[in-house]
Amino acid sequence: MSAVIRTAKGGHGFRHWWAQRITAVALIPLSLWLVAGLLAHGGADRAALKAWLADPVPAILMILTVSAALYHAVLGLEEVVVDYVHGSGARIACLILLRLAGAALFAIGIFAVLRISLGA
Amino acid sequence: MSSANRPLSPHLQIYRWQLTSVLSILHRLTGIFLSLGAVALVWWLFAAAFSDAYFAFVQGLFASLSGKLFLFGWTFSLFYHLANGIRHLLWDVGFGFDLRTTYITGWTVVIAAFALTALAWACTVGL
Repeated sequence: MSAVIRTAKGGHGFRHWWAQRITAVALIPLSLWLVAGLLAHGGADRAALKAWLADPVPAILMILTVSAALYHAVLGLEEVVVDYVHGSGARIACLILLRLAGAALFAIGIFAVLRISLGA
Repeated sequence: MSSANRPLSPHLQIYRWQLTSVLSILHRLTGIFLSLGAVALVWWLFAAAFSDAYFAFVQGLFASLSGKLFLFGWTFSLFYHLANGIRHLLWDVGFGFDLRTTYITGWTVVIAAFALTALAWACTVGL
């Protein structure tokens, strides 16, 4: 329980900060790749998009981008929650919801890329 | 003076805005907006994995005026957050803390964000 209280008080400490930096560094090339990829393939029809993600390299890069972006978003939003949501009950509820929403979106995103890539 | 009534700092009505604080607030706001963008990306991928009709529906939403405004905001937020994020990483390794450098890197971030957004949207003109 003490870990929950520490989390509710904003005491994530070093690991939170470090994971935010690692995902930030990863997202420098990945986000640029995503914009370039969306510019080239984002307006395409479904068949063309499938053909793009059927190639292993874009499929793997898309999985990495979705993963890093969602993890980075959860870490950043946790900071916002810790700064602005007062009262430990509401704060813990928000932090739990954030992690669960992040995990759900991660599962949906990875499943989607695999299904597009491996054929649906 | 009771502690409940004392003036809060920064006092927003008389606060003089500076580039540094505006960029700091903008980093957080664009970060929140980019989180929505990540949800949109997953939704778009899910639509593409689901069916032709549903994908066409979602593509139609992104192609609408409000969809395009969202994508424009997303592009600007991404480039701003990316450039200012690199500025943050440089601070993390100890570079650029003096006031002059802070302003130089700050304006660089602003110019880079606008320039990269313009470049990305210029690329869509031919599509």
